[in-house]
Amino acid sequence: MSETQEYTPTIIKAEELDPKFKYKLSKMPGAEKLMLCFQCGTCTADCPISRFSDFYRPRKIARMVQLGLKDRLLSDDALWLCSTCFTCVDHCPQGVEIAGIVRVLRNLTVREKGVMPIVFKELASNILRTGYVYQIPESRHKRREMQGLPTLPKPNLEDVKKMFRITGSSGILETVQTFDKVKS
Amino acid sequence: MPGLRYLLFLGCVIPYRLSSYEISARKVLEKLGVELVEMPEFNCCGFPMDPINHDLMLTLATRNLCLAEKQNLNILTLCNGCFSILNETNKMLEGDKELREKTNGYLKEIGMEFKGTIKVKHLVHVLAEDVGFEKIKDAVKNPLTNLHVAQHGGCHIVRPAKYLGHGDDPENPTMLKNLVRLTGAECLNYMDETECCGNPIIGVNEDVPFQMAREKLGHVKAVKAQALITVCPFCHMMYDLNQPRIERNFNEKFGIPVLHYTQLLGLAMGFPPEELVLNELRVKPAELLSQIS
Repeated sequence: MSETQEYTPTIIKAEELDPKFKYKLSKMPGAEKLMLCFQCGTCTADCPISRFSDFYRPRKIARMVQLGLKDRLLSDDALWLCSTCFTCVDHCPQGVEIAGIVRVLRNLTVREKGVMPIVFKELASNILRTGYVYQIPESRHKRREMQGLPTLPKPNLEDVKKMFRITGSSGILETVQTFDKVKS
Repeated sequence: MPGLRYLLFLGCVIPYRLSSYEISARKVLEKLGVELVEMPEFNCCGFPMDPINHDLMLTLATRNLCLAEKQNLNILTLCNGCFSILNETNKMLEGDKELREKTNGYLKEIGMEFKGTIKVKHLVHVLAEDVGFEKIKDAVKNPLTNLHVAQHGGCHIVRPAKYLGHGDDPENPTMLKNLVRLTGAECLNYMDETECCGNPIIGVNEDVPFQMAREKLGHVKAVKAQALITVCPFCHMMYDLNQPRIERNFNEKFGIPVLHYTQLLGLAMGFPPEELVLNELRVKPAELLSQIS
């Protein structure tokens, strides 16, 4: 664990900071209260992921956002380790929705860097193709019949396609770069 | 009392992998007088798309809500993920005019409009709030008094608290515990009951969720629970489907059967184990079943 590792100070260069980043982010739903974080660390202390990861630290993410370390944040794989249990959101004494900030940062990584974990590309492609997030095999449909379960409703794929297009998701899926696993 | 009629939002993972949950839920609910209406043309709830595009999630979720509004029926979900995203979206759009207008702008393209006329409930809320404890108690013909079990309700039926509105305390949830007790089984307390299962990140990292699940199973084993009871397909897969792998990875033996709550309640209501598809569980509940007369 990181407690036993040698301490190396992080050097932040002034040109890395984007002073407008926090204002831009605080206009996005979920990240509105980011300026209220006073670094108490309750989020990290209560985070089930942080207990088992050397890299995922919600408090650090909140501070980096306030400082405007945009590039570092958007290239940090650890962002994808949040399990969205929302314990941090419910426990924050300042009402900061940390998990919301993490989600906003993930969305930005996809939009501005054109990168996402491969699993999300697969899930999105499944939805686009079938309406469901998993491709339900023919054998499952047959089995439902045998088990006396109602046939699964046919999804409206026209609607699904349109929803991807109008929210700007279809283009991204064609050009996005992917990565496989995130180290913890 | 108004009729107990709901639109069943099945979601994706249950038909993909866990028909045991669907079958046992349909059986139990029917017997309790709950009518389930099949939901036509539904799509993925939106939950898995939130990390990559919040607006896509909102649009997918709201389309499902609009389908329910058309039928003027409240939604019943069996999955915590579906519940959380549909309920949260419903509440967010009700309370935020700007967001509602923006989302309705997207939905206009598919000829739909969100009005905010229905509610979203998880199975647990329907059982505890609408069916009611008395009715469930009456339906229990075969109390499971020999059993002592533990429950794991999962995060997304209680958090984030501000969108929940179902009166359970996220720090100390009791709704599922009380439902377990109705079956006659003892519901044991154990360490860190509210800890997340870790499943949402299993696609990007397996190490952390496996360590989380190992810890949970260890706490459940420490109080000698004969089974762990869940109400979410993702939590269930984490503890049941992955249990043999967790045992191998950490060289530990748990052998804890993980039952959907509807299977436990079904047993107490007198359904035979085959009808509740207990045979499809990865960790076989043979010993548990031998305790039930």
